[in-house]
Amino acid sequence: MSMELLMATGIGALTAVGLYLILLRRSFPVVIGLTFLSYAVNVFLFVMGRLAIDRPPIVGTSAAGYTDPLPQALVLTAIVITFGMTALIVVLSLRAFLETGVDDVTLGIRPDEQPSDTARSEAPR
Amino acid sequence: MMLALVVFTPLIGALVPLLAIRAGRNTCSAATAAVTGLSLVLLLTEGLAVYSGEVPRASVPWVSQLGLSLSFFADGLGLFFATLILVIGLLIILYARFYLGRSDPVGRFFCYLLLFQGSMLGIVLSDNILLLVVFWELTSISSFLLIGYWHHLPASRAGARMALVVTCAGGLALMGGMLLLGHIAGSFELSEILSRGDAIRASPLYLPMLLLVLLGAFTKSAQFPFHFWLPHAMAAPTPVSAYLHSATMVKAGIFLLARLWPVLSGTQEWFLIVSLTGLATMVIAAWIALFKDDLKALLAFSTVSHLGLLTMLLGLGTRIAVVAAMFHVLNHAAFKAALFMSAGIVDHESGTRDIRRLGGLRHLMPITSGLAIIAAASMAGVPLLNGFLSKEMMLEAAAHTVYAGQPWLFPLLATVGALLSAAYSAKLVFHVFLGPERHDYPHHPHDPPFGMWLPVALLVLPIVAIGVMPATFAGAIVARTSLAAAGGTLPDYHLALWHGLTPALAMSMIALVGGLVLLWAYRAVNRLRLAVRRPDAMALFQTAIAGTIRASRRLLGRIDNGSLPRYLGAIVATIGLLGLAAFLGAPPASVAGDRATLPATLPAMTGWLVLLLACGLVVLRHYDRLAALIITSIVGLVVSLAFLQFSAPDLALTQISVEVVTTILLLLAINLLPRTTPDELSRRAKLGAGGLAVAGGAGVAALAYAVMTRGFETISSYHVEQSKPGGGGTNVVNVILVDFRGYDTFGEIIVLAIAALTIFALLDSALHGAAGRRLARTRFDPQAGDAHPLMLTVVARVLLPLSLMVGVYILLRGHNMPGGGFIAGLVVAIGFLMQYMASGYVWAHRRARFDAHVMIGGGVALAGATGLASLLFERPFLTSTFGYFHLPVFGEVELASAMAFDVGVFFTVVGTCLLSLATLSRVEERAEHASRQSEARARQIASQVEGSVP
Repeated sequence: MSMELLMATGIGALTAVGLYLILLRRSFPVVIGLTFLSYAVNVFLFVMGRLAIDRPPIVGTSAAGYTDPLPQALVLTAIVITFGMTALIVVLSLRAFLETGVDDVTLGIRPDEQPSDTARSEAPR
Repeated sequence: MMLALVVFTPLIGALVPLLAIRAGRNTCSAATAAVTGLSLVLLLTEGLAVYSGEVPRASVPWVSQLGLSLSFFADGLGLFFATLILVIGLLIILYARFYLGRSDPVGRFFCYLLLFQGSMLGIVLSDNILLLVVFWELTSISSFLLIGYWHHLPASRAGARMALVVTCAGGLALMGGMLLLGHIAGSFELSEILSRGDAIRASPLYLPMLLLVLLGAFTKSAQFPFHFWLPHAMAAPTPVSAYLHSATMVKAGIFLLARLWPVLSGTQEWFLIVSLTGLATMVIAAWIALFKDDLKALLAFSTVSHLGLLTMLLGLGTRIAVVAAMFHVLNHAAFKAALFMSAGIVDHESGTRDIRRLGGLRHLMPITSGLAIIAAASMAGVPLLNGFLSKEMMLEAAAHTVYAGQPWLFPLLATVGALLSAAYSAKLVFHVFLGPERHDYPHHPHDPPFGMWLPVALLVLPIVAIGVMPATFAGAIVARTSLAAAGGTLPDYHLALWHGLTPALAMSMIALVGGLVLLWAYRAVNRLRLAVRRPDAMALFQTAIAGTIRASRRLLGRIDNGSLPRYLGAIVATIGLLGLAAFLGAPPASVAGDRATLPATLPAMTGWLVLLLACGLVVLRHYDRLAALIITSIVGLVVSLAFLQFSAPDLALTQISVEVVTTILLLLAINLLPRTTPDELSRRAKLGAGGLAVAGGAGVAALAYAVMTRGFETISSYHVEQSKPGGGGTNVVNVILVDFRGYDTFGEIIVLAIAALTIFALLDSALHGAAGRRLARTRFDPQAGDAHPLMLTVVARVLLPLSLMVGVYILLRGHNMPGGGFIAGLVVAIGFLMQYMASGYVWAHRRARFDAHVMIGGGVALAGATGLASLLFERPFLTSTFGYFHLPVFGEVELASAMAFDVGVFFTVVGTCLLSLATLSRVEERAEHASRQSEARARQIASQVEGSVP
């Protein structure tokens, strides 16, 4: 077992859970799924700088070396932006729920249902 | 540069009438006329050099990679059309001032008119054919606006839509044609293209290019079989018809044919397509015009017929025919605009433009009648008027044209066209203006105010002047214009009234007399015509449009049904397949690379197990939303530990504080959303989604592993080296954020600010309407015995100053140690949010001394100002500087301008968190308040009922 394997499988698990949840029919699991996907993507970006232990990118005379700071800088803003995005999506789904009384993200179409011209106009607005 | 100004004066000046209308209709009309006049003066000061043999040019590169440049030139042809557009434009503005009613929005009308005028000038003065296409489309759009000006009338809207569809479809074809032409010629500049005619005609792409260009020209100039849109466009106000549909827009197609004549003409294809289309249009449209009872419809079809005549002349491919065409453009613009304006006057004064209800207007409105009769006579081809001269030249050209070995075909059909033209002109004169006086008009007609008939008179003047002395008044213009259109030298010709006893004179006379005879037999011929079924263009067009809409709706219904899981599934599957294809397409390699790996430690494996456990749990237990949220925050914790383990203290700090804010936010949201997710998917659907998810996860894991086990080169050694000497900080991550990549960070805080404001907008308006009513009905079950427990309140109060201090500390040290504006902002925001949680929205809000909006705006402004400050020192935006200062008490202190930037980031983050969450809790507070009130009311009613029962 190596650290790399742990991280890779961890990222894989987060991605799989995120994908599964965003494929569901209600807005809340989609939000949670997006959060999982964001974890996965952020960590994935971070590990592009490879794994290093005790090599923080803080310049000093006693430092033995530095890990790649660039992915870290990218991921730092990505984490904050993820918060902004999650907040926006949550509020959007909340408003949609308050307007229509349902938190369905399929316009009421069942997976095995035939689409029809009227589906759109009859869907709750 | 003057030439570009000629075009842009009306385009920019289109704003003038919108403002000037506030000062009244007269000022507005005068201002519009001033804009047109200015453009005309600019054109003439620059353009008259054409008559001394020069060609004024102006060029500015625009998108040079595409061959698109803002280049203009004025040769004889361009100058002629531009002058025509502006002079008739001035007359139309004067006419429109009196034509438009009190209730019409005059400012908007003149705005559209100037937009159109500028676009039209752009077409005729462009040197770049792509630029020409741009202006071509602009005329389609501005004419759509003008035709639909009376948008309360259904006919106006339908006509405008039809014109837009037909001319824009043609415009699309023209664009294709122009791209091909530029490709063949190797240049998009007209002056280059015009010199490469032989190479272009020899190219194998000549025919497709020709067809596309002709499609554009024919749709615009309403040539058969695209002639149907023009009569429906007559729903426009008469000044528009007079301007667009007689003198300018429909001539754009003719202009294009003339412009490209030296390049495209002279081939068998050109002759066949262009001249036959023109001939057919001329005869068919003249026949239809004869039987129209609507004055404007008659004029519309007559315009189509005359455009056909021009097209035919250009199609013949001889230079003398080009001369005849250019002469006729001038003549037709004069008499047709005059006739349209007269028709408008008749409609305006008598209340009808149905020819069957008109007659004898000579007695009631002598001035208008006199002018209109002269113009109509010119259209019929009566000698001593300008229409006679160019029509005779046309007949002369037709008389010498042999088609398919038949010398009689062109002369015969041309004579028929001229005969029909004489007949409908005569109908106009005899049925509207001559004849006995009638007294059954809706209004009692009389001559209009001076300003309305003056433009007509000004147009009739050249009709007569040119008609009597053509060489004096039109000779130079026609010569210069034809020279530019035909290229090379002109054949020997002279504009004169009398050419001797030529075949053309005989044909002309036959046409005039025959026209009168045909009108005499009008009733009989009309009966004959009515017996034959004719297609209704509007109905056909609408059926076609409705069919297209139905078909696209059906197609859309199949692929786009509004179901999010379906879209996301398709996206995920596509990305997966693309990745798989790339993987299989590459040479085979093992997933694991040869980079040395780190051995797993026990704490790391523990964290990994917790993560996997959490992932499994959330899939199984996500139906309980609170449980899903708790598990999610556990995952967030593990992720931040991973950041900490692998040398990213900044990320760990950020992740853990974001985690707190996100969890509070989601808790607030859950309170208003349903508490559970129904288990509603079928087993098959779950397996499908699960399969897709597992495949995606496995792919990402393999990719991550493959990358992590391979070596790499990074560009960040520069950042590490320059961090201290260049950026003045030892925390490289923070220096990258606020200095090296400061521009990115600036963009990111703006995104955050926008997200926060959108959240505010979404929630602030949720208190009203359907959402507000649903909120008021929401019932809240008490979650705890005490909403604001004393313990929590006290701890939160004590923590506030602590978290503020920690926040400031993290902010200040961020440049050198883990920390910075993002993390500090989150920590401080959490300190405030705890007060909201502990003591409720109302309590916290009443004590808040700051406005989150101001913090967001101020933060972004501060960060931007830091960037702008570097401009003062003539350095690029967001260049940072730093220095060491000695402060009393603190000692040696380093201050970097990047710190001010970081403070801006800090305030934006604090404001974003507070605004989003505080607004959400405000909504909740309101809902709970309403819920408590209605419960209290219910209790009160219940107790009253109880009390009333003895």
